[in-house]
Amino acid sequence: MKKTVIVEGSKAVSEAVKLCRPKVIAAYPITPQTHIVENLSQIVADGELDAEFVHVESEHSAASVVLGASATGVRTYTSSSSQGLLLLLEVLYNLAGMRLPVVIGCVNRAVSSPLNIWNDHQDAITARDAGIIQLWAEDAQEALDMHIQAYKIAENKEVLFPVIVNLDGYIISHTFEAVEIPTQEEVDSFLPPYQPEVYLTPKNPLSFGAFADWNYYQEVRQIMQETIEKSKEVILEITKDFAQHFGRDNGSLVEKYKTDDAETVVIAMGSICGIIKELVDELRNQGKKVGLLRIRVYRPFPKEEIYQALKNVKNIAVFERCLSVGSGGIVANEVKSVFYGKEKQPRISNFIGGLGGRDLPKDLFRGIVERAEKEVIENEFVAVRTELIKD
Amino acid sequence: MKLPIGFYAQPGTSKRNKTGTWRTQKPVYLHKTCTGCKFCVIHCPDGCVSGDKKIYDVDLDYCKGCGICAQICPVDDIEMVSEVR
Repeated sequence: MKKTVIVEGSKAVSEAVKLCRPKVIAAYPITPQTHIVENLSQIVADGELDAEFVHVESEHSAASVVLGASATGVRTYTSSSSQGLLLLLEVLYNLAGMRLPVVIGCVNRAVSSPLNIWNDHQDAITARDAGIIQLWAEDAQEALDMHIQAYKIAENKEVLFPVIVNLDGYIISHTFEAVEIPTQEEVDSFLPPYQPEVYLTPKNPLSFGAFADWNYYQEVRQIMQETIEKSKEVILEITKDFAQHFGRDNGSLVEKYKTDDAETVVIAMGSICGIIKELVDELRNQGKKVGLLRIRVYRPFPKEEIYQALKNVKNIAVFERCLSVGSGGIVANEVKSVFYGKEKQPRISNFIGGLGGRDLPKDLFRGIVERAEKEVIENEFVAVRTELIKD
Repeated sequence: MKLPIGFYAQPGTSKRNKTGTWRTQKPVYLHKTCTGCKFCVIHCPDGCVSGDKKIYDVDLDYCKGCGICAQICPVDDIEMVSEVR
């Protein structure tokens, strides 16, 4: 019987991974990811999951272990945060190029230096170009659901890409929430065993990650781009399939919260969307036509979905918790590119904030909405402590 | 020929890539003072030196001309010769 329990987000994620029956888990602990792999280590040690848990000396090794294991045709899992994800990034490009369906949990955290263990989105956003599918959860339930969906997406024959499931450090990973944990039977009926067509075996030796000179390399990359774009359809199908099995519909590649008749829409990702939804409700009660568009799938980037959802709004305010130093907002640039050359051109402002775990109160977003309604704002940092910048 | 998913390849296919074309100088095995120590075989980073009974030679399809064999030979029985024209 399915049960609703009050658990820490990390516990919910490790239960989800357990229910997906991976055969090899390799991980190196890093704050705030630690509880996920601690729990999984315990689950394997207690004999609740028939898997090999490989204790490694770094995230680069963890990713390399799951790469090798996945190449032999088994389901695998690793998880990391921040510097760990960056160390893992070199292998991530290999996982993507070899088209290995590894699932990686990323508990989002700021990147050093200065050293900071709290939540922002810099780590996963930095990994955006590797050739991975990126899912972004809003709460613990969605983090659990996305982990189960991630395996089905990654292992689909039309996809075969690694998937990163993102959940905000502490806000989701360390907070206790009511979470519905599905039964093993339910997950088994949704997620069949992984059966790859090509894998390493002594009976049929193959070379993975082979040398490709200029005669081949570009086409391998082009196929990756075209395939990951097409994977949007598969992701949508699997989300629908998931809703039928588990009764929870997590929506499309984007979640449209009161955007249909909105004049101003905030775009954001992750747990902060919960607070923005509250603000949207408040402003709606005051008669203001405000909405939120939450990006659930960041790679492949849902260009068409964003255009269709927001083509009739007046103002868009992109809020992001990451920064391309030397350019500014990253998600904002991509949102702006959605509307380039299109018939409808909403005004797009972008705001950067919540870096290194800075608190983001509801009133902050009230200000963002008001500012975006008045003028076009580019790369504005919010909730700034000006005394730290000026003499 | 459509590329396979993930660009996997049959084993041993790296031999098709004849890296000897990268070379600007080649080792010449003189076969005069060789003692059969096999240092040239052991130290070749490309594994392209082979032979037996004091007669060793290099596979020029793959030798990149690094000169390690000529350097390591304790009896100076290998000479590096420029191939620059």
